[in-house]
Amino acid sequence: MPKVSMTVNGKQVSGEVEGRTLLVDFLRVNLGLTGTHVGCDTSQCGACVVHVDGKSIKSCTMLALQCDGTEVTTIEGLAKDGVLHPMQEAFREHHGLQCGFCTPGMIMAAIDIVNRHPNGLDEATIRHELEGNICRCTGYHNIVKAISSVANKRAAQAA
Amino acid sequence: MNVTGIGQRVLRKEDRRFITGKGKYTDDINLPRQTYAYFLRSPHAHARIRAIDKAAAEAAPGVLAVLTGADLAEDKIGGLICGWMIHSKDGSPMKAGPHPALAQDKVRYVGDHVAVVIAETLNQAKAAAELVEVDYEALPAVVETAKARSASAPQIHDIAPDNTVFEWSLGDAQAVEQAFARAHHVTRLDLVNNRLVPNPIETRAAIGDYDSGSDSFTLYTTSQNPHVARLVLSAFIGIAPEHRLRVIAPDVGGGFGSKIFIYSEETVCVWAAKRVGRPVKWVSDRSEAFLADAHGRDHVTHAELALDQNGRFLALRVKTTANLGAYLSTFSSCVPTYLYATLLSGQYDLPAIYAEVDAVYTNTAPVDAYRGAGRPEATYVIERLVETAARDLNIDPAEIRRRNFIKSFPHQTPVILTYDAGDYEASLNRALELIDYRNFPQRRAMSESRGRLRGIGFSTYIEACGLAPSAAVGSLGAGVGLWESAEVRVNPTGNVEVLTGSHAHGQGHETTFAQLVSERLGISIDQVSIVHGDTDKVQFGMGTYGSRSGAVGMSAIAKALDKIEAKARKVAAHVMEASEADIAFENGAFTVKGTDRKMAFGEVALAAYVAHKFPTSEIEPGLKESAFYDPSNFTFPAGCHICEVEIEPATGETTILNWVAVDDFGTIINPMIVEGQVHGGIAQGVGQALTEGCRYDAETGQLITGSYMDYCMPRAEDLPSFTLDYTVTPAPSNPLGVKGCGEAGAIAAPAAVINAVTDALGVRDIPMPATPEVVWRAAQSRAPRLAAE
Ligand code: FES
Ligand code: FES
Repeated sequence: MPKVSMTVNGKQVSGEVEGRTLLVDFLRVNLGLTGTHVGCDTSQCGACVVHVDGKSIKSCTMLALQCDGTEVTTIEGLAKDGVLHPMQEAFREHHGLQCGFCTPGMIMAAIDIVNRHPNGLDEATIRHELEGNICRCTGYHNIVKAISSVANKRAAQAA
Repeated sequence: MNVTGIGQRVLRKEDRRFITGKGKYTDDINLPRQTYAYFLRSPHAHARIRAIDKAAAEAAPGVLAVLTGADLAEDKIGGLICGWMIHSKDGSPMKAGPHPALAQDKVRYVGDHVAVVIAETLNQAKAAAELVEVDYEALPAVVETAKARSASAPQIHDIAPDNTVFEWSLGDAQAVEQAFARAHHVTRLDLVNNRLVPNPIETRAAIGDYDSGSDSFTLYTTSQNPHVARLVLSAFIGIAPEHRLRVIAPDVGGGFGSKIFIYSEETVCVWAAKRVGRPVKWVSDRSEAFLADAHGRDHVTHAELALDQNGRFLALRVKTTANLGAYLSTFSSCVPTYLYATLLSGQYDLPAIYAEVDAVYTNTAPVDAYRGAGRPEATYVIERLVETAARDLNIDPAEIRRRNFIKSFPHQTPVILTYDAGDYEASLNRALELIDYRNFPQRRAMSESRGRLRGIGFSTYIEACGLAPSAAVGSLGAGVGLWESAEVRVNPTGNVEVLTGSHAHGQGHETTFAQLVSERLGISIDQVSIVHGDTDKVQFGMGTYGSRSGAVGMSAIAKALDKIEAKARKVAAHVMEASEADIAFENGAFTVKGTDRKMAFGEVALAAYVAHKFPTSEIEPGLKESAFYDPSNFTFPAGCHICEVEIEPATGETTILNWVAVDDFGTIINPMIVEGQVHGGIAQGVGQALTEGCRYDAETGQLITGSYMDYCMPRAEDLPSFTLDYTVTPAPSNPLGVKGCGEAGAIAAPAAVINAVTDALGVRDIPMPATPEVVWRAAQSRAPRLAAE
C-alpha cells in the first residue's frame, strides 16, 4: 500500500493507505481525529471541512494521497495551549451550535471565509459563503452572528 | 438573582467539547475486534423474495457472516412493533402487518432490509454484498397517498385489505353537519402536507457488542430514547432480558424525531454481535438515511370551515388520508390521530369539529414523527383555512383571528384537549407591532414598483407538548406511560450529579438542567453535571421528543430536588441543634431563623455523609433522591409567526424578507437556548414550505430524492435572520411553568410561508414545496393582475 506523509495540526504524520482512502477517513480512522465528521456521501454538507495548506476543503472529496506533503489543520488543531480560536469562542458566545455535529466543519469553513474577507463581511456575503455547509439545527441565525462578530472585530483591528 | 439560575442567558456547558472536536458520537466509538455491517437493501418497491443464495458472499474475503430473515426467525427474534394502538370507527383494531428486521417473504419499499453482510472491513462487506443473489418476483407498487386505496393498487400486507391501516374519527359529526347547514359561508381547501426526510446531519449508527462471560449485550446507538429502545428490544423483539441489555446513546447529532424509533439496523447489529462473537458496527451513509430513516408528514386532506355572517367560526370538518409507508414504525399510528386531530381547534373557539383520518400503507419508507409530529399538519390545515376564509370574506387576517380566539381558560376543545393557559391576542398584537403591519401596504407598493410581488402571511399556532399524563395517553392507546424520572446525587463535597431519563441531542440539557439545580440549591452550574443516555447509569427514562424534556424531565428533577431539600433540612436541623421548622434555606445556605447559626449547602452535604451528628436510626445517611414525575396535563405553547416575502415573478424565486415570531413558552429557563430552538424550528418549517419534498417515482416506486443533490436542504442563503419576542403565561400543570419550545417554529412556519406566498401571488392555494418552478408557474398565470394594477 502506498505511503502518505503530511503535517496534521503541526505534527508530522505518515501512514499506509489504499489509493481510494479519503482524507477524512485517514484523519478519523488512521489518526483517530474524530472531530472531523461525515454527514453525506455527495460532498454537499460540509461537515468534513478541514484546512489543507490554509484553505478550507471538504475532506470527503480529497484522497489522502493527494495531501502528501501538505499541511492539514483539523478542528482539534485550532485551540493553542488550551486557548480557543476566536471563531470557536464566537460560536459558543453566540450559540452557533446545537447538536454540534456540523460545527467542526462550520468553524473551519468560517475561519477561511473570514480570512478571505479581511475588510469585514456583511450578512448577505456570509450567508452566500456558507453555501457548502448545511446545519439542520440552528437555522443559521446564530452561526451568521458568530462569523460576523469575528469578521468585524478583525476588520476593526486592521483599520 | 443567581447568575446561573432560571431565566439567565447562560452559555452552554456542553459547547466546549463540540467546538474542539471532542464530542463523542456513535461513529467516533471503536471497540476492539470490531466488525462492519453492510445492509443489502431492496432495489424493488414491492417484490416477493423467492430465494436468497448467499454462498458466494459467505466465501468472500473477510466475511464473517451473511444473515437473512431466516436466521432471525431461527433465533426467535421478533419483529419491530408499533407502540400505540388505534381503533377504527367500527371498533376494530389497526391492521399492523409483520415487520421483521430483515425481510422474510416480501420486500415492501426500496431500501427495505434484505440481508446483512458482516466482515472485517466495510469495503469487504460491501464487496461481498454484491455477491448475494436474491431471486425477486417484482410486484406492482403504489407510493402515492391518494392512490393507496384505488382499485388498481396492489395489496401490501395480507392483514390489511385496501391497504387500510385504520379508519379513525374524532369529534361530533352530527353537530358539525348542523352547523354547516346554517352557515353563511364555507371555505374549502384541498391540502397536501408534503413528505419530508428529517435529515439530522449525523446519520444513524449502531454498534452491537456481546459479552459471553456475562451473557449480556451492549448497544451504542444514535437514539433519542435509549431506555425505550432497550424495553422494545428486550420485551418485544427478544434480544435479551432488560437487565442483560445496556443501551448507550452518547452524543447524538440531531434527531428531530427520526431517532426515537427502533429500527432494523440497530436490532440486527446487537443480535448479530452474538452470532459472530465480535462487536458489529454500522454507520448509515446519507443515501441509506434517505431510503430508510422514518420520513415525516405525508397527508392528503380535504378541509372545510363553516362561518357565520360576522366571520365567526361555526364548525370545522376535515378528512385526511395519512400515508404510513410500508410498515408501522414505532409511534406512527398516534401521529396522524392523537397528535394531529386533537390540535385542529388551533387557537380558536370552534364549537364543533369532526375529523376523519384514514391511514394507509404504501410501498414507501415508514412514516413517523418528525419535528412537531402531527401538530404541524394540524396547524397547516387550520391556519390555511382561516387565512383563506379571511380573504373569501374580505376580513383582515389578523382581525378574523382576533374575532375567533379563545379568550378564557381553561378551555375545553371539542377534540379532547383542555387548554390550560394562554393569551393569543397578546402575541398577535406584539407580532403585528414588530412587523410594522400598518405600513405593509406601502412596502407592497414599493415592491410592485420594482416588478416584484410582496405578501404577508400569518400563523397563529398551538401545540400540545410535554407528552403525558400517563393515564390520559394510556386511555388513548399508548403502550407506555409518559412520565419522566430523575435522580439527584449530592456528593459529600457538595457538587451534584443529576441523572435524567431525558436525552439531549442538541437541546442544551447539560446547561438548562444545571441552571435549575443552580437556582434551587444556590450553587454554581459548574458544580452540577448532567448524566443521561445510558441505561446502566440512569434507572429509567422516556427520552426526548415532543418538547417534553423541560415540562416533564425538568419537573422530575425539581421533584427530586424538593426531596433533597427536605432531607438536607433534617440533617441541618440536627447538626445545628434546632427544630426543623426553624430551618430556612436561601441562597445556598441553611440558617436557623432568628440566630446566626448557618451552614452552607456543601457543609450539610458533607454532614449527611459523615453522619456523626445525627441519629442514623431516624435519618438515613447520604444525600441522594430520585423521583418519577407524571404531569397532570399536556402543556400548550402557542404563538404568532408572521412571514413577509417578496417574489420575483420572472424567476419564481421567493425571498423571505422578514420573520417575526412571538411565542408563549411559559417560563423560559435559558432565553439563548430557546431562541436557538425557535430558529432551527422555523428553518425546518421554511424548508418544508419552500424547498423540501420527498419524491418517489409513481410507477416504479424508486426514491427520486435520494441525496442532498436532489433533496433541497435549506442553506444559509435561503433564510433570513429572525425577530423573536415572547409573551409569558406560565403552564399551570408543572411546577416550573415551562411549556416547551422545540417544535414551535416547525409547526408555525409552513402555514406562515404559504399564506405569504399565496398573498403575494393573489392565488387561493399553492402546493408545498413552493419551489421557484411552482411559484413561477403561478406567477405567470397571475401576470395580468400585476399588469392591471
Ligand atoms: S461529508 Fe464531506 S461534504 Fe458531506
Ligand atoms: S448544530 Fe446540529 S447540524 Fe448544526
